[in-house]
Amino acid sequence: MSENSIYIVRSSAIAARALAGEMMVMKASDSTFFTMNEVATVIFQAADGHTPLREIVRDRVCEQFDVDPEQAQADAEQFVAELSSHGIILVSNRPLAAEAS
Amino acid sequence: MTLMSDMGRKAFNLGVPIAVHMDVTYRCNERCVHCYLDHDDHGEMTTAEIKDVLDQLAEAGVFFLTFSGGEVFMRRDFFEIVEHARRLMFNVKIKTNAVMIREEEARRIRELDVDTIQISVYSHRPEVHDAITKLPHSFERTIKSIRFLREQGLRVTIANVMMTVNSADHLAVQKLAADLGVHYTLDPTITPMMDGDTSVLSLRIPGEELPEIFHNPALVGSQEEFCAPPKPPSKEDLESYSCSAGHSFCYISPYGDVFPCVQFPLPTGNIRQQKFLDIWNHSPQMKEVRSIQAKDLHVCSSCAHVSSCSRCPGLAYMEGSMRGPSTADCEKSFYRTGVPTANMLQQGLSKPRTISSNNAPLVQIRPIAVPA
Repeated sequence: MSENSIYIVRSSAIAARALAGEMMVMKASDSTFFTMNEVATVIFQAADGHTPLREIVRDRVCEQFDVDPEQAQADAEQFVAELSSHGIILVSNRPLAAEAS
Repeated sequence: MTLMSDMGRKAFNLGVPIAVHMDVTYRCNERCVHCYLDHDDHGEMTTAEIKDVLDQLAEAGVFFLTFSGGEVFMRRDFFEIVEHARRLMFNVKIKTNAVMIREEEARRIRELDVDTIQISVYSHRPEVHDAITKLPHSFERTIKSIRFLREQGLRVTIANVMMTVNSADHLAVQKLAADLGVHYTLDPTITPMMDGDTSVLSLRIPGEELPEIFHNPALVGSQEEFCAPPKPPSKEDLESYSCSAGHSFCYISPYGDVFPCVQFPLPTGNIRQQKFLDIWNHSPQMKEVRSIQAKDLHVCSSCAHVSSCSRCPGLAYMEGSMRGPSTADCEKSFYRTGVPTANMLQQGLSKPRTISSNNAPLVQIRPIAVPA
């Protein structure tokens, strides 16, 4: 999967809300509760299924935070893989329909 | 401290309404003997109005949303409301008597990823449960519905309101919950009716029966810890607040009235006339509720139990002052620890005088019904 072709969308099987810049997420299946830091929250909020991850990192993360673009991309991919393993977001190499607004 | 309680504390400190209880209707198919509601429809919010409120709540930062009533399934649009709430990514809990839940409804609830369904069960004996709900066969239908929900893998909690007519049954209901594979919660609180009628308080279990509950480890956890004598209050205790009501929690009625809590009938505004955040941020009543620290309480600030009492400001308000004692909680503190409360000592009592027996004047305000 090339970096440019990663698309992410929030799962509909979660509850989520930002509190003071940090995203709270609860899985419906087992009520596991997570919180995300500000950078992760920006990526999660931008996970609309049709914006490539690289574009999210370039236009949102690097725009708002003082980070090295390559390092930010690598961290974002690791973060996305972790969220995906928990079923919090869905990942694909082609655009996805939004699961939740 | 868990991650969730940490976020709860953060919401409290920031004044973010992280949790809201919304009654979508007061109509009900049961007529429970202890119910405090007027079941007539005085102009419930429409589907569109409720959806608009949900949009506002999401914008305000609400995460935990409880739908209750009345009976929520008396609204034909209830699933449409839940669907909208889930689209907005709320964590949704539903309180229901479950009588109207069949396989199809259970499946729909699972598809909508509802977090928990809390269901009222008053006894393991059908005749006792049905006598309380005044709906024939309600026990049979409710239990059947719980099985449907469990078959869908949903999390269910049986809520057992304890009163004089079912006080002997709580252990058997707890066992029933375990047999059904669901959680169990016991609540001995009986609330005056919305029109101020206190006759239902005669159903409150006598205080003398509370020690049995408070000494049951299955209900309270560590008995030594739960029933320990109160510690002298620290400066921090005296600067603390009673609960989350008005700080990070509020209640919205089917008519759009906003209150600090479901058990705190102080009107703070109506969502049909103002935006939710205007009420939350600027209502003088909300601000007053938020301002009250333990040191400001008339009687309780000098009480030995001030740091550990479950004092409910809403029940205190219904007794006459949101800064005064809540007699029901004085009773619990006394029977939990054996240590008299300041309220008792002030009245020269050796044991608490319950509201149901002292004819204390109760102040309770009927929610404002604003025509759509």
